[in-house]
Parts: sequence; structure tokens; C-alpha cells
Amino acid sequence: MAAGSVAGAAAAADGPDPLITELQDWASYTGAGVDETPYGMPIEYEAHVVRRNVEWLTASPISSINFTPIHALDGTITPQGCAFERHHSGAIDMRKEDWRLMINGLVDRPLVFTYDDIERFPRENHVYFCECAANTGMEWAGAQLNGVQFTHGMIHNMEYTGVPLRTLLMEAGADISADKWVYVEGADASSNGRSIPMEKALDDVLVAFKANGEALRMEHGYPVRLVVPGWEGNMWVKWLRRIEVVDRAVESREETSKYTDVYEDGTARKWTWVMDAKSVITSPSPQMPIKHGPGPLVVSGLAWSGHGQITRVDVSKDGGITWETARLGKQGDSKALTRFYLDMNWDGKPMLLQARAMDETGYVQPTKQQLREQRGENAVYHNNCIQTWYVSAEGVAENVEVS
Amino acid sequence: MSKSLKHIFLPAFGGTAAMLALALFVANRDYGQSRIETLEGRVTQVQEQVTAAGDNARAEAQRAAELEAKIAEVQALAEARVAGGANLTAPAPQPANTYGLGRTAHEEEIAAWDVDVLPDGRGLPEGRGDVYWGEEVFAEKCAACHGDFAEGVDNWPVLAGGFDTLGDEDPVKTVGSYWPHLSTAWDYINRSMPFGEAGTLTPDETYAIVAYILYSNDMVDDEFELSHENFAEVEMYNAQGFVIDDRPDLEYSQWRTEPCMANCKPEVEVTMRSVFLVETPPEGGSESIMNQASVDGLPSFSADGPAFVPEPVAQPEPEPASEPEPAEEVDEASLLIERGEKVFKKCAACHAVGEGAKNKSGPQLNAVLDRPIGSVEGFAYSKTFQAALEEGRTWDEASLIAFLADPKGTMKGTKMAFSGLKKEGDQEAIIAYLRTFLDP
Repeated sequence: MAAGSVAGAAAAADGPDPLITELQDWASYTGAGVDETPYGMPIEYEAHVVRRNVEWLTASPISSINFTPIHALDGTITPQGCAFERHHSGAIDMRKEDWRLMINGLVDRPLVFTYDDIERFPRENHVYFCECAANTGMEWAGAQLNGVQFTHGMIHNMEYTGVPLRTLLMEAGADISADKWVYVEGADASSNGRSIPMEKALDDVLVAFKANGEALRMEHGYPVRLVVPGWEGNMWVKWLRRIEVVDRAVESREETSKYTDVYEDGTARKWTWVMDAKSVITSPSPQMPIKHGPGPLVVSGLAWSGHGQITRVDVSKDGGITWETARLGKQGDSKALTRFYLDMNWDGKPMLLQARAMDETGYVQPTKQQLREQRGENAVYHNNCIQTWYVSAEGVAENVEVS
Repeated sequence: MSKSLKHIFLPAFGGTAAMLALALFVANRDYGQSRIETLEGRVTQVQEQVTAAGDNARAEAQRAAELEAKIAEVQALAEARVAGGANLTAPAPQPANTYGLGRTAHEEEIAAWDVDVLPDGRGLPEGRGDVYWGEEVFAEKCAACHGDFAEGVDNWPVLAGGFDTLGDEDPVKTVGSYWPHLSTAWDYINRSMPFGEAGTLTPDETYAIVAYILYSNDMVDDEFELSHENFAEVEMYNAQGFVIDDRPDLEYSQWRTEPCMANCKPEVEVTMRSVFLVETPPEGGSESIMNQASVDGLPSFSADGPAFVPEPVAQPEPEPASEPEPAEEVDEASLLIERGEKVFKKCAACHAVGEGAKNKSGPQLNAVLDRPIGSVEGFAYSKTFQAALEEGRTWDEASLIAFLADPKGTMKGTKMAFSGLKKEGDQEAIIAYLRTFLDP
């Protein structure tokens, strides 16, 4: 490991750097032409920054999940190509021309829309995070997987373009009284039906067809998906094909047998839709060791809350004894990722790095112990505990649990 | 940019100095060559009046100050924008009337798609099926993943048993022990099962499968028949086992407080290290490897930092960057293989192929061409496959094409639930694809 310099610029290297003193090919020959890459992929040297799955987590990769490489990203927007995927019957390949959206049930006019119809309704742009309710779920039983991609990578954050769900409900003359529900389902074999209470359906739910400026990717529901801001990712139905206004929750598989949590006494909690405030340090982290030795160090991380805006993130270097408030790289929108930084001068000693988010409701991200006291260890979903990385004097970070 | 620079520069100079500065500035910006020429004469006239050195120094200082002021101004504007000053962003308008988009849904269309079943049984079609028949249907269509007794194969869901385990460390959540509504099972099986052949069950088959699942949970006896008429009478074991999200009362009320910032606890110890180290190979995916390291030897922490600095442990070097794959020539054969790879997605739920492929609910398919039928070690074949093995039959291209087109017709009694590849050419494509895996 290269020795870092504690103060000031590093002393001159052994000799002049040939990368500077010698004429390099790229400074002499010409590069790629504009006709070579109609749609660009990241340069080959970034080929390791990809979604990855953990094979033993599920029975089949078709009904499974992979993880966003959040350790290697910065800023707040997740590129579509590496944004995590979760399918229940695989990602389906559907043309826009073959897509239909039906709205029926307690409506004056049951309607069918084509893709072209959807693009004629007034649309909005919003940045929202989408987090799977099972993100960090493995960690209930203690530190399990060594990598922030695997402990916290079931999340992405995109700028969506879409039509408010409320607009479509009004178009069909839906019964929008508060005790009604909106049941949404996808066109894939799982259909992944979920019931959404009318209040949320009228609030900020979007019928989205673009993400980060371009069409949705197949794996994210091309051509049209539902965006349910701040609520668990399972409700963001992909390949959206039907919206039904009903007088009660359907109690589908995804809202009874799954996405519910069992507590210590065997009772289960259901309809846990909101994703509570959470944060995590993405670098340093197990996949992002400190390679430069002591001296200036950028601690970088993400914070988010399904209740609104992140107002503050605190960072601890000693496992939660002392906290200091981090700088926000960019204040995220409501229900969107916020980037935070702690710009520090590392003394080269071991650290127990933690981050703690606060949102606009005054909610403070809990410790693992606080969560366990409330819920026990049998839960699967909604683990928003404070994460700890032990960073050794060599700069290697590891997923640990602390007292 | 040039426009804003003019604004910075111009007010800084007075009288003749301004002309000099303007001339120099315009020259530097390399435009208005003709204007430079007209100004040149006048510049010469005033040159005596300025001491070049002093003027330069003043101009530099002035320029720096002006730029700083400009930056401050830009920042203030940006902050004002963030603070939510003038902003034309507006939500999508909602008209008094409708937009008149879309068309009326036909009755038949609603009937085709609106198949969800509510807990009170609304939405159920007429039909019936008993436990006996249900066992047959289940064995044919479900048991490959869920097991003959709904006990689950590999990681596939267990559907039966687990009663009174919900308070245990690893609760077994089955239709019997956990699901609060029977409608959920009927609805999900009807629309999304069997895995890979969703939507193909008749209502009677679904009633029969659900009846069998109830039976395998000891919730009904073997004479039981489930129908739309008695559906609402079935009582679910865990019907009262759910509470609606009570985080606001139990958690938010406690955790919406000003957090501790200093001396929050006297000491912190590492109590557990990651169970798995996760390797991330260049070809993708991940490898979980047991972490042998123990918490011994890690320092405890106080407000003064770590109690000691452990000796360094040798760390493996990070993975090298991967080499790009050479581009392959596209010809007809590779197009067929490519198509086969796509078609194989229909099989991938149950069959693995490629390096290290293991048996799933179907046998692995490496070197399947010309291998004896029913010969993969460790796979529990159906009687019909066992018989084929004894007869010495092998998978040649013709027999595989026939089997893939109509599995149950060619191998009566096969456990394979898949109904067959119906599209012409798909069988050949998949065989071309499978031929690329010659190593057993």
C-alpha cells in the first residue's frame, strides 16, 4: 500500500513520470469517431461497476433480485443500466404498440388507453428513490454480507416523467372517496397486484414512461410503470396493465404472504408501505477500501426518507459515541436520495464509521438495537438500521455489528 | 461569456485608460480586427499618459476583485433559486371536464383481465375440485417445485405445515400457518401459477389445487371438495394474526427526537463481523465466502478513538480489470444459437446449463445431446424416464425435437410441467444453443 503524506502535497516521486514526459498514443493518434457508438456504454475500465446478484438468496434468478453498485456511484441519480432489478416472473419484452392500460371497477367509464394516449395527458417530472422493502433484510440476523452493494443496493433514484395517477382516475370518473382503494397489476406472469389506499393514489403516484430522460428499461417495466413515491418498491408495479378501483384491499399474495413482517410473538404487521429514513456510507465501505493512507479523506454516503426530505445526516467515526453533522452534497428532493460528505483528515487509526439520517418529520434513523427491541429478529422487511463499517489502519472496511 | 466579461471590465477603467483596456481586451479576444485598427491610432496617442507597469498592476487587482464579486453574485443567485424564489414549475393541470382520451373498455376485455378475487369471495368463477383430483393436478403441475406434499423443493416455497412456528426464530410461513385469506391462494394460483405457464389453469383445476393444499395442511379431510359455494366457509388458521402498520404509535413517537451528539455511550465494541466475505468477479455475480476472522484482536472504541491499532493483516490484491471479449462474427449459426438462448429462458426456471450447472427441479442440461435419456446423476427421474434409460434410448436431435414440441405426449408421465414449445423453429434453436455446452 502506498504511503500517504500526512500534510501538504506528496514529495516528488522517484523521477519524472513517463505518462507526462513521454508522448502517449492518445496524445498523438486520433480517437473514436462520432459514428462508432450510437448508444454508449461505460468505458471498459468501469466494467466492474455492474448489478450483481447473490445466487443463494433465491430459488431461481427469474424470481429474484440484484443489487445496484452504490459503492461505486456518486451524486444522487442512478444510471438505468445499473439500477437494481427485482422480478417475480422475469423481465418481459413488450412493444409500446402492444401495451394496453385498463382502468375499471368503481368508475363511471371503464377505459382502455394505448401508449400514445398516455403521452397526451399533462405530465410531470420528479426525482424519487425506489427501495425494495427487503433492502438490508439479510442483516436482521447480524452482519451478513460484506459490501454496501449487497447490504443496501436494493435502491435506485431516477428522474421520472409521468402522468399523475389522479389524472387517469378523474378521466374514468372514479369513485375517489377516502375509503376506496386502487388495485394495480402488471402485464407479466406474476402480475404483482397491490392495493393502494385512495389518499395515496390521489397524492403523488405517477404513471411513468421515462426515467432519467429516456424510455424505461425493460427490466424496470418498459413501456410504463407505476411510481409510488416513498413507498416500498414492490408497489411500483412494472409493465402496468390495469388499475381497478375497489371498495377494499384485495389482500393479494404480495400484501399478505409477502411484504409483511412477523414479530417476536408471532403477530404480523401488514400494510407497512412507507420506507422510513435511512442512510449509509458508500465510501469507504468493504468494496471501497481507503487506498491512499492517512491524510485528506472524503467520506461519502446516501440518505433518504419515504416521509419527505432529508434534513440532516450525522456521521460517527467511533461507533456512535461522538457524532458530527455531514455536509450535504446536494439536498435531495422529497422522497429522493440525498448525497452527503464528511471531508476529514484521517489519522490512519481504525474507525467505526456510521451515518444517521434525520428527515423533515424529525425522525432519527434508529440503531439495529432499537429496531430489534421493537420488532425482534424475525422480520424480513423494512430494516432501516444504522450501518457500521469497521475500517482498519490499512484502510480495509468490513461490515460489523457493534455494542 | 464575452458579454459578461465586458460588464466586468468596462466599469473598472476611467477615461483614456478605458480606451486602452478596451483595445487590449478586444485584441485579446481576437475579434473585431477592424475595430482594433481604427483604435490603434488613438491608443498610441494616450500611451504617454499611462505608466504601463502601474496600470497593469491596478488592472490585475481590479480584475481579481471584479471576478470575486461576480462569483459571489452567481452563488447568491443559485442560492436564491434553491431557496425557492421565482419558479414556474407547476403540477399537471386538472381540467374541469375530462380530456376525452382512451376508449370504453369492452365487457369481454374486462372479463379477461379483471380476475382478482377479494377476501369475501367476490370475483370467484363458478367451479369445483376435490382433494383426490387436486393431488393429481398438483403432482403434475406444481410438485416439481413445491414437492409432492407441498413441502417445497430446494429454495422453492413450502406451502404446507409450519403451524405455530411464527414466534420461532425461523418462522415457517405457509398457506396453512400464515396466509390470512384463502382468496389470496386461489387468486395467485389462478393468475400466476404454474411458474412458467401462468394463466393456463381452468377454474376447476385451481379449485382442486387449492383443495389439495388445504388437505396437505390438515385443514380439510380427504373427502373435501372446494367450490365457489363453500369457499367462504373455509376458516384460515392465521386470519386474526395481522395488525395494520403501527409504526407511528410504537416507533415514530419515540424516534422523532433530537439525537445525542457527544459521549452517547462510554465504550463501543465490535460484537460481530460479517458472516460472508463477498467476492465480485469480473464476469459478474458474486461469490459468498465464509469469513474466518473473529472479533478478537479488534480494538474497542472510546471518545478518544480506538484502544489500540492492530497489526496489519495481509490483504488479497483487488481484482484486475477484465479483458474485453473479442467480437464474434455474426453468421446464421450464431443467430440460431442466439435465438435458442432466448427460447431457453422458458426452461431456465427448472434447468441449468453451462459451467458448474447443477440439477434444479429439472436435471442440468450440459452435453444433453446424445446422452442416455434419464442419465443425470442425482436427479430423481419419473418412471417413464427410468424406463427409457433401461431401454437404452438416447437424446438424439429427433427425439429431443419431438419431446420439446409435446413433452407429455412423447414421454407420458414426465414430471416436466412445461406444455411444450409451440413455435416452429424454436426446438432447433434451443438444440443449437444446447450444443454449445458440450462439457458434461
